[in-house]
Amino acid sequence: MGSSVLCRAGILRGVSCMLLLLLLFCFGGKCEVQESKPSPPTNLQPVENEFNQPQAYPEEERTNLPMFTMDYPRIQIPFEITLWVLLASFAKIGFHIYHKITIWIPESCLLIAIGLIVGAIMHAVKEEPPAVLTSNVFFLYMLPLIVLDNGYFMPTRPFFENMGTVLWYAVVGTLWNSIGIGLSLFAICQFEVFGVQDINLQENLLFASIISAVDPVAALNVFEDIGVNEQIYIVIFGEGLYNDAVTVVLYNMFSFLADMPVVESTDVFLGVARFFIVAAGGILFGLLFGFVAAFTTRFTHNVRQIEPLFVFMYSYMAYLVAECFAISSVLAIITCAITMKHYVEENVSQRSCTTIRHVVKMLATVSETLIFFFLGVVTITTEHEWNWAYIVFTLLFAFIWRGLGILVLTQIINPFRTIQFTFKDQFSLAYGGLRGAICFALVFTLPDNINRKNLFVTASITVIIFTVFLQGISIRPIVEYMNIRKTNKDLNTINVEMMEHVVCGIEDLCGQWSHYYWKDKFKKFNDRVLRRILVRDNRAESSIVALYKRLELQNAIGLLDSPMGDLSAAPSIVSLYDKRKEASRPKRKFLAGDVRKMHDILSKNMYKIRQKTMAYTNKYNLPDDTRTKEILIRRHASIRRSLRAESFREPSAQNTFKSQKYYSLRPGGSLETAFELRRRSNGADVDLSARPQSSDVSPRSSSRSILPMRRLNTIKESGGAVEPPAVPPHPHTDQIDGDKDPHEPMQPPQLPPPPGGWVRENQNGEGNPLLRHPSQGSRGSVSF
Amino acid sequence: MGASQTRAEHQYQDLADKTGFSFEQIKNLYQRFQQLSGNEETISRANLDSMPALANNPIRKQIIGAFFDKRNQHQDEVGSCDQIGFEQFLMVMSHFRPPNLRTTDEEKEAMRKEKLRFLFNMHDSDNDGTITLAEYRKVVEELMSKSGEIGQETAKAIADAAMLEVASINVPNMGPEEFYEGITFEHFEEILKGLEMESRMHIRFLDVDTLTMRCGKSQS
Repeated sequence: MGSSVLCRAGILRGVSCMLLLLLLFCFGGKCEVQESKPSPPTNLQPVENEFNQPQAYPEEERTNLPMFTMDYPRIQIPFEITLWVLLASFAKIGFHIYHKITIWIPESCLLIAIGLIVGAIMHAVKEEPPAVLTSNVFFLYMLPLIVLDNGYFMPTRPFFENMGTVLWYAVVGTLWNSIGIGLSLFAICQFEVFGVQDINLQENLLFASIISAVDPVAALNVFEDIGVNEQIYIVIFGEGLYNDAVTVVLYNMFSFLADMPVVESTDVFLGVARFFIVAAGGILFGLLFGFVAAFTTRFTHNVRQIEPLFVFMYSYMAYLVAECFAISSVLAIITCAITMKHYVEENVSQRSCTTIRHVVKMLATVSETLIFFFLGVVTITTEHEWNWAYIVFTLLFAFIWRGLGILVLTQIINPFRTIQFTFKDQFSLAYGGLRGAICFALVFTLPDNINRKNLFVTASITVIIFTVFLQGISIRPIVEYMNIRKTNKDLNTINVEMMEHVVCGIEDLCGQWSHYYWKDKFKKFNDRVLRRILVRDNRAESSIVALYKRLELQNAIGLLDSPMGDLSAAPSIVSLYDKRKEASRPKRKFLAGDVRKMHDILSKNMYKIRQKTMAYTNKYNLPDDTRTKEILIRRHASIRRSLRAESFREPSAQNTFKSQKYYSLRPGGSLETAFELRRRSNGADVDLSARPQSSDVSPRSSSRSILPMRRLNTIKESGGAVEPPAVPPHPHTDQIDGDKDPHEPMQPPQLPPPPGGWVRENQNGEGNPLLRHPSQGSRGSVSF
Repeated sequence: MGASQTRAEHQYQDLADKTGFSFEQIKNLYQRFQQLSGNEETISRANLDSMPALANNPIRKQIIGAFFDKRNQHQDEVGSCDQIGFEQFLMVMSHFRPPNLRTTDEEKEAMRKEKLRFLFNMHDSDNDGTITLAEYRKVVEELMSKSGEIGQETAKAIADAAMLEVASINVPNMGPEEFYEGITFEHFEEILKGLEMESRMHIRFLDVDTLTMRCGKSQS
């Protein structure tokens, strides 16, 4: 009950904030009207106050220094833009106060609703919305941000596995929709009774191409929430992405054609040829810029602060250059982002990586929010032209052609797919085809020489609002009701990798190839050629190892960033527990417990990586960090425990504090330097005499402080030496030690094994010993 | 000529029924078989070993071994043979057929079991019905051997972790004194329950002759 009261109070607060801001904005707008001519008091120039009478040169007035001046027009434009963005962001905050709203009502709906309210207010005070949404602003500033976000966070593996299907739906589907809707509307226009006879075929086609731009954000959110299977997800995501490109191309083509009085067949032919040129050119430019960007980041290790800049500048450059040559800029920026992403993320520091992701998400969210918001405002304030027939038929045809399109296309492509789409899948694909931001922006920026522009604007606003509200809200219950095939995220990495190798091997034996073959081939090419050139630290690694390193890195950074409070939590209980456990523990310890934990991490991380790729595609959120946090907090607990257990000679508090100290990065330093520091300064602390093989690693090294990980040693990145060298070769390796993630916080801590290797651990029935006796000759620590 | 052709067709019909391939696919695979065996009647391990294409695959030994494993022949025999004929070749290949729209759910279930059994046999090299830790370790080591500088100990660690996971899933209440023997087939099935095996472990067997479609060396 208390929480609901709180919620209500929060909502009230949020609403009042928003109202305040609205009023501010309105007044700001008014001020603009009034103060069109700034006249600072100290104006010594001759001023012609009245045009009727001749004026003698005025005497110079003596004025004092003004205490307070206001010069609104100077800041007007940036001020209003910022105000709009702030207002939209406040709206977003408001939505999330009561989080259940966003589950049932997609964010786009809410944004449009707020926009409607603001528009109503503005209309009431007879205010005009700022004319910021021009064609240039949209195409040069807003669209690249949205598309960059899509491209950067696209899950590449499922995409490439389903590439044929995605492109099929995106390209052919959009064409089908555009032409179908265009022709049907043209047929409707022929009837005199509807009064729209003056719209010719080109304009109809133009309008149809705008309307068929699908923006399935809301559907994607729903799909992701209920965990629908990967195939549908990637198809609808890819379709939404690529049909932006197709739509823009069609839009340009048709608007060019709309200017021409007569269209000949050669024009159609040229149009088709142009389509291919545009697409291929876009991809080429994207690849070019992507590789250059990746190459550049290879050398940026000394200028970490501006690393994120390269990502943005190169992508934007790709976009602009493509725009300059009038080829598909959307494809260019998407390809650039995809190409650049993997290499860049390996070259840049972790912080730059985080920065890049955050900023991409932020910019895209702002852009999209603004567009929807603006949609709401414009709905009220613009002059509409309402034509029942045209609009109703547009809606009808939009639905019909989409449904038909999905049906027909799926029938054609299903035999080529190994996982076919069932009717349920097809229905959700068709139903998830909402229209959104791109559609609105394109229609709003139509050139004014289209004589029925207002009708088009009205019609598209209607379609957008209809689909977003109706379909957006109802898709969740419908999909849940239909019980679409879900995905299963818990995969056993090793077996999966094994299976893929098996399939590849058998294929080689058969002499036949399918997509695994290309994947293998590309991977080989990638490892041998591309990575050598583009990546700074080039070491080929298996996916499991890469996964592990990534997780470790994340944990390390999280540890660095975490507040002190976490670590100091619950010392007493744990230490008590430790003492008890210690006493009852037999001397021989089992290593496998750690290994299991490592594997838990592995599988959890696999889960997370999958989730990460999926979650990134949620336009309004960054990937969900709770899992890492979860692991991190557990790790904190285990670290404390282990520290306690290990260093019975020293007060553990000191241990933690000391280790805490050295966890901080020097400004501008990288992880390597930090570990160096830590290693050098943690002199001869904890004495783990029970660990003989730890002689080569300094006792108080970083790996030490994160006990009990010694057992799992470091991943050897250089040389095949099994013994860890005196200085751990790679900072990641140390951190991998630190990865002991117990299932529950109250599990007994790990003690180092005697130099016999594998021994049985006496756990509370959780762990399972694999061997009864120490295995032959293996060391206590395992090196990676 | 005519007689041998009908005999071949007859044979193919038999094989098609047993393995589920179409005629064209069988013909293609036969040509491939001829290529691999050097126009002999049977393939030996040496033939498969010498394939350069397989050289990069980390688990080639297991893959090759799978061909000579009698358990994959659906005849309830164990052990391995030294030479395999075309029929055995096809039987092994048939594990990788993809499902199509017409396969019923029971058939899909059966296919899945077959594929899982295939994978299981690859792990279980001593044919005793369970994958022990040693066997699993071996497999993982091989798997990891090609990917960078992973040491043996790592592979061991990963293998152990995997075994523990299997154990914890299947025998959740094992006491601290108990000893986990090894992964049985049921346990194996259990852990791979979520994997859509029937749709991922497949090869698109083509109906057209691929010998001419390949670029690069034709003998491999």
